[in-house]
Amino acid sequence: MAQVVRGKVARVAGPLVVAKEMQGVKMFEVVRVGSLGLFGEVIRIEGDRAYIQVYEETGGVRPGEEVVGTGELLSVELGPGLVKNIYDGIQRPLEVLWKMGGSFLVRGVEAPSLDRNAKWHFEPKVKIGDEVSEGDILGEVPETSTVIHKIMVPPGIRGKVVDIKSGDFTIEEVVAVIDTGKEKKEIKMYQKWPVRMGRPYRKKIAASEPMITGQRTIDTFFPIVKGGTAAVPGPFGSGKTVIQHQLARWSDADVVVYIGCGERGNEMTDVLIEFPELKDPRTGGPLMDRTVLIANTSNMPVAAREASVFTGIAIAEYFRDMGYNVALMADSTSRWAEAMREISGRLEEMPGEEGYPAYLASRISSFYERAGMIEALGSPERTGSVSVIGAVSPPGGDLSDPVVQATLREVRVFWSLDQQLAFARHFPAIHWLRSYSLYVDRVGEWAKEHVALDWVDNRHEAMRILQQESELQELVRLVGYDALSPHDQLLLETARSLREDFLQQDAFDDIDTYCPLEKQYHMLRNVLHFHHKALEALEAGVDVKDIIALPIREKISRMRFIPPDRLDEIKAIHDEIDAAFETLMKKGGEQV
Amino acid sequence: MIREYTTISEISGPLVVVQGVSDAAYGELVEIEVGGHTRYGQVLETSEGYAVVQVFEGTHGINLTDTKVRFLGKGLTFGVSPEILGRVFDGIGRPIDGSPAPVPEKELDITGSPINPTARDYPNEFIQTGVSAIDGMNTLVRGQKLPIFSGSGLPHPELAAQIARQARVRGTGEDFAVVFAAMGITFEEANFFLEDFRKRGTLDRTVVFLNLANDPAIERIATPRVALTAAEYLAFDLGMHVLVILTDMTNYCEALREISAARKEVPGRRGYPGYMYTDLATIYERAGRIKGKKGSVTQIPILTMPEDDRTHPVPDLTGYITEGQIFLSRDLHRRGIYPPIDVLQSLSRLMQKGIGKGKTREDHSGVANQLYAAYAKGKEVRELAVVLGESSISELDRKYMEFADRFEEEFIRQGQFENRTIEETLDIGWRLLSMLPRSELKRIKLEMIEKYMPKKAEE
Repeated sequence: MAQVVRGKVARVAGPLVVAKEMQGVKMFEVVRVGSLGLFGEVIRIEGDRAYIQVYEETGGVRPGEEVVGTGELLSVELGPGLVKNIYDGIQRPLEVLWKMGGSFLVRGVEAPSLDRNAKWHFEPKVKIGDEVSEGDILGEVPETSTVIHKIMVPPGIRGKVVDIKSGDFTIEEVVAVIDTGKEKKEIKMYQKWPVRMGRPYRKKIAASEPMITGQRTIDTFFPIVKGGTAAVPGPFGSGKTVIQHQLARWSDADVVVYIGCGERGNEMTDVLIEFPELKDPRTGGPLMDRTVLIANTSNMPVAAREASVFTGIAIAEYFRDMGYNVALMADSTSRWAEAMREISGRLEEMPGEEGYPAYLASRISSFYERAGMIEALGSPERTGSVSVIGAVSPPGGDLSDPVVQATLREVRVFWSLDQQLAFARHFPAIHWLRSYSLYVDRVGEWAKEHVALDWVDNRHEAMRILQQESELQELVRLVGYDALSPHDQLLLETARSLREDFLQQDAFDDIDTYCPLEKQYHMLRNVLHFHHKALEALEAGVDVKDIIALPIREKISRMRFIPPDRLDEIKAIHDEIDAAFETLMKKGGEQV
Repeated sequence: MIREYTTISEISGPLVVVQGVSDAAYGELVEIEVGGHTRYGQVLETSEGYAVVQVFEGTHGINLTDTKVRFLGKGLTFGVSPEILGRVFDGIGRPIDGSPAPVPEKELDITGSPINPTARDYPNEFIQTGVSAIDGMNTLVRGQKLPIFSGSGLPHPELAAQIARQARVRGTGEDFAVVFAAMGITFEEANFFLEDFRKRGTLDRTVVFLNLANDPAIERIATPRVALTAAEYLAFDLGMHVLVILTDMTNYCEALREISAARKEVPGRRGYPGYMYTDLATIYERAGRIKGKKGSVTQIPILTMPEDDRTHPVPDLTGYITEGQIFLSRDLHRRGIYPPIDVLQSLSRLMQKGIGKGKTREDHSGVANQLYAAYAKGKEVRELAVVLGESSISELDRKYMEFADRFEEEFIRQGQFENRTIEETLDIGWRLLSMLPRSELKRIKLEMIEKYMPKKAEE
């Protein structure tokens, strides 16, 4: 063991503390500062001076107080007990802190991230005498109703199993012993991992299976794949958080890691209260049973906010290695970047754009690059993925903001939130012309097989109509609606129907909040079918006003409130449209 | 623990640097004696050998030779007790109403601590303010932080006073209190509030903190924190429902900028410091409810947007922290509509949890959504009509335009002393929606339309 480093506080400026006599301390080592033992991390070393970002409020700290090294890099504990938990930015269990210290967060409190007393049922998957290496699954622990926690051989260990247990254990008890040739390594159910390092895997693979979110704008128009990356930038009030919550609720991931990074306390409370009540659409179990929450709200110390994103992704990677599809939401990466900026300013580093540190872009990409679908180490062979969805909060909604720009270079899906849509309460306020997804074709191929052959064609046609609408609207602004040709008038109506009856989705409505792919497909198909029939009718000389006045359109507008288990009703609308037009054409014929 | 020095080496704007200090604590309270008067300051940076102190009352008259600086060995605190109700304090919590300081039950550090997110109880109790544009469209709930985004010359004091006057949770007669913190506003504006509290006899349920325009600017840094310390005490120790009015946050931010500039920090947008988001969050996040505690802290901060620009850093960062905003519109104000609330630019993020069956009425969500959509459409058409002339817009569009006009006149407009129940508000909404064809009402469920749509009067 290296000797414990003991130094003294030399300077305090906000979250930055400079300590002297710190010879031997490591970069990114965790230290305890002052008489309160505040948590901090070394972020710069100059001679015997260590610059420490402190994860807790530094009020009252004075020069001369002691600083003690822990010898460890900032790490997370990975093991049973992660799921359903809520942590702060450096993985302290908030629920435990609440019981220990009361309703307000007190400083310097230490509590193990994983419960040391809880017993977990360990079911072995290997036998004595088996050769195992890193990543191999030693056994399984049913952690919650939906997550089976796989206990893996920690990275860097290889050898022969000389002992393996079965039964109920705490995470501190030894469940297996591996003879590595040099030593007999005792394996417990948890391991530690430094958060700033990506966990190892065999290789990355290109992902093509969509992550189904039940959100029409996303699944049909701008899909994301399992292992993909997406960014949601938008001004305040445009619905970033609601989208993040919706994805956390309804996406078909096995595990969800939700990072509330510098955002509102009440939003985390909302998740905490609501998720145990909500049902996981895949398994029927409570949503909380697959969720890990990291809450470092805006008023919690800024340095811990910087760490929270890495804490979250390390946990996500751990579940990925078990072979799960993990979805990670970070709300908001701008607050994370601002935390970097604040620390960088206190370090008196040369600022880059907008005062952000010059390494902003590389930090952002180092985060997003940890997403992806991988082949995990060890046996049995398995693939897992981490999908990352980051909210970005640019000042004034200005997309030229350095954080937005650095993020857009990394991500493959861009959901651009629009303030005007939000004002009109068109939610989700994802702008259909400015957003993009580079996964559309891959998902289209997948949908051909799993939903319908013309899935992607419908999507493209709808996009074309919306594109034409925006051009026509320019024209309407000049010449007025009545001056348009009947064809154009019809197109505007169809576009409006696409916007109001399809793209818009009410997150707070019990039925509309989640829309399965089948339902999405048939809804879009009906809207387009109406358009095709209307075009035919126009050709046959029917007045566009009569088409627009057809009562079947009201039915189309109410499709979204039809529960998914009554899909037949939505399918039936297709024929009802045919019937409506038949009647209309007949009437038209009589008049002529 | 009290240490005295006369070793000021540098004075720059609101800051003084004291040499030879080796153990000043970060955030420690400092007394500065200038010509027989005592001023307060706080340590902003501490190092071996020197400390940087921000002086709340300004640095005029301080010199390097005989000004005494005393480090008090504690942070800035505020002494709380039930007796603070009905009292008037200055911006850092010293009584200025002529009476002796209340005997404190305990001294609380004004910085406060963050509420543990797991300890929070979700705000979902509907507060009826009696203002349709708020209750109907941007509902306020207990424990929310809902700022008023205003501009110079707009009637935000009137609106804030009306909310303070009328706000109540229906069917309860629980203990309430108002904490009013003024930062850099004029005497007249502050007096308007005080007179209003006095007139309705609630001054004895109010705690007032005054830092007026001619008071030291740096003191404003402390004012909202002292006020919220008082509010937290009243709410979570005494179980009261506290409404906190903070006005004007723009002045607060300017004081923050002044200090940042004096420290020669790298400026962010418009010269405001890069940490302003975090700083504002430590104020706004001190609203809420706590599990197992009776009281609540509801915040109505007021800020004036320079040039009515909502992308200015002060409203922008505020909007990212608070749970919505009430947006005042100069356009409506010019047309004589009070309260000039632009509902489209306003938002209450906690609305969905505070409305509906058992809270307001089952049709609330649908009606609000439909009113939003229709009003947005109506305003869009109105703009179009300006360009094209009314004759060239369709009949349906004309209806929307008329809807928008009537919405402003009948729904938004109301008197300063008009207190509408939520039912009245929703019924006005239905009356307006009945102007539109039923096929346009896509946001409301059919059952709701059947149940609440006023039947057309018999001709």
